Amino acid sequence: MDKIIVGLKRVVDYNVRVQVKSDGSGVETDGVKMSINPFDEIALEEALRIKESGAATEVVAVSIGTSESQQQLRTGLAMGADRAILVTVDGDIDPLSIARVFKALADKENAGLVMLGKQAIDGDNSQVAQMLSAIWGRPQATFASGVTIEGDSARVVREVDAGLETVEVDLPAVLSVDLRLNEPRYVKLPDIMKAKKKPLDEVPLADLGIEPGPPIKELKYAAPEGRQRGVTVDDVAGLVAALKDKGLV
Amino acid sequence: MTKVLIVAEHDGSALNPSTAKCVSCAAAIDGAEIDIVVLAAATADIAAQAAEIDSVSRVLTIERAENEKSITAVLAPQIAAIAGDYSHILGPSTTFGKDLMPHVAALLGVNQVSDIMTVENSHTFKRPVYAGNAIVTVEAPEGSTVVATVRVASWQAANGGNSAAIAAVDAPAELPTHTRYIGLESAASDRPDLQTAARVVAGGRALGSEEQFGLIYQLADALGAGVGASRAAVDAGFCPNELQVGQTGKIIAPDLYIAIGISGAIQHVTGIKDAGTIVAINKDEEAPIFEVADIGMVGDLFQILPELIAAVK
Ligand SMILES: Cc1cc2nc3c(=O)[nH]c(=O)nc-3n(C[C@H](O)[C@H](O)[C@H](O)COP(=O)(O)OP(=O)(O)OC[C@H]3O[C@@H](n4cnc5c(N)ncnc54)[C@H](O)[C@@H]3O)c2cc1C
Repeated sequence: MDKIIVGLKRVVDYNVRVQVKSDGSGVETDGVKMSINPFDEIALEEALRIKESGAATEVVAVSIGTSESQQQLRTGLAMGADRAILVTVDGDIDPLSIARVFKALADKENAGLVMLGKQAIDGDNSQVAQMLSAIWGRPQATFASGVTIEGDSARVVREVDAGLETVEVDLPAVLSVDLRLNEPRYVKLPDIMKAKKKPLDEVPLADLGIEPGPPIKELKYAAPEGRQRGVTVDDVAGLVAALKDKGLV
Repeated sequence: MTKVLIVAEHDGSALNPSTAKCVSCAAAIDGAEIDIVVLAAATADIAAQAAEIDSVSRVLTIERAENEKSITAVLAPQIAAIAGDYSHILGPSTTFGKDLMPHVAALLGVNQVSDIMTVENSHTFKRPVYAGNAIVTVEAPEGSTVVATVRVASWQAANGGNSAAIAAVDAPAELPTHTRYIGLESAASDRPDLQTAARVVAGGRALGSEEQFGLIYQLADALGAGVGASRAAVDAGFCPNELQVGQTGKIIAPDLYIAIGISGAIQHVTGIKDAGTIVAINKDEEAPIFEVADIGMVGDLFQILPELIAAVK
């Protein structure tokens, strides 16, 4: 396999407790820490390990977003990606259009694998890999917690509701990765310096011939109905009594 | 005309309860006529179970040897082939539906609505984002098929007692061979299924080892409950991955959830927000799990559990 394309999305850091804006237009992102979507970081780590094992020659990190996403791509380059492509868009674009971007780049780069996170922790959609598989006409293996490249195919262990499913897919293919696949490496300072010299190309969405489709429109954000803190019990007898009270034991 | 097609989830012989939950969601759309499609190598038993679900008009079967295992690249083109008759296509937000439905949507050239919590009208829905820390009202475009997954924890299973018509349908589609099923590793258990259990006992990192996680099973068995776990407990190898509850595990809504030695990270709590009663046992009185617990007990789980198990036995 020649190349692996990895998607890196810029999202609100997973440690941030997000707040819905008072006008319901979205969540507060001003002054909020932004990071690579944690699942995408795992996808990148796996791509780097595949390359280090000799099964691929180049890892290309891709983000779709505003110029601010350069920051996440630079982190990806510091982790070890060889080069980066930022497909620039003005605001949010819909998952199907994102899948089309990856299709266009997979064709152009002749990619053997496209590796994505199983979901982005902002929209929690979990769609792009599956959509890419459909429009690319290539296999998908989602929710991966184990990946082994075997020549022209990959053996993938998938975390499904019933347990661990193993599938074999011909390459090229698209994978979406789960948290237990690996632990991403830490970036060291010299790598950050080196990353500054690696190529990061910007490509406007229109140059790929993609017109964003009709999105699922977001009408209004609201805070979820909260749960209230209840009673505290002092001992097991109190706990059992409280459960009996509610008819639960 | 609102016609909804629901893709049945099953294991080759039994219908998964997620299907009846999708029916409840579909029935919340005004004037919906509801069909279920069963894709399998042998459809008869599964279709018979689907035909019993209330509000269902017809059960369609697509029986092909290639449908023995649910491989999205194989199932999706067949669903797309019969999609033309429908305004909506729904599947459950289980790993089966999450894997399949976006692929179907892309074949139809539309975006997908993920995790429907409530139906506002035929094209407007509420869904969770940011690990459930925000709820967004979304609107699918008029004039194109609505493809969506249904957040199963938000819906009660529709009742039984129906006897809908069952009909085999043709779904001409070329099926790829580029994806091959190898096998499933599943920790077989007689305990209630985590996703549908009325009671769930869950353990976290504090259990410390696979052996000590046995305390969780003991309490669960004493209560007739299913077993869940935090990500930390799964990562540490105390229990299998299919027990993980949370943003990236299972989203559940049991009547009773007992969280033991679990801190209550947002990614975990998002999986239990719809539980009836949450009980938390934790030695740290500042643990965030207490903010969402109806009944909290501060203390050492290794002291509390043996006593609690004896008390409920
Ligand atoms: C993208 C992403 C997705 C995630 N998805 C999930 C998910 O789906 N599900 C999930 O659970 N997590 C998820 N996590 C992880 C989550 O952030 C937490 O790290 C995890 O839930 C912590 O598990 P825990 O509560 O068991 O462990 P800890 O946070 O370590 O908590 C252990 C608790 O046990 C208590 N304790 C210790 N000893 C005792 C004792 N003897 N008696 C009583 N109490 C004791 C401690 O006070 C502490 O509160 C995700 C994280 C990320 C970044």
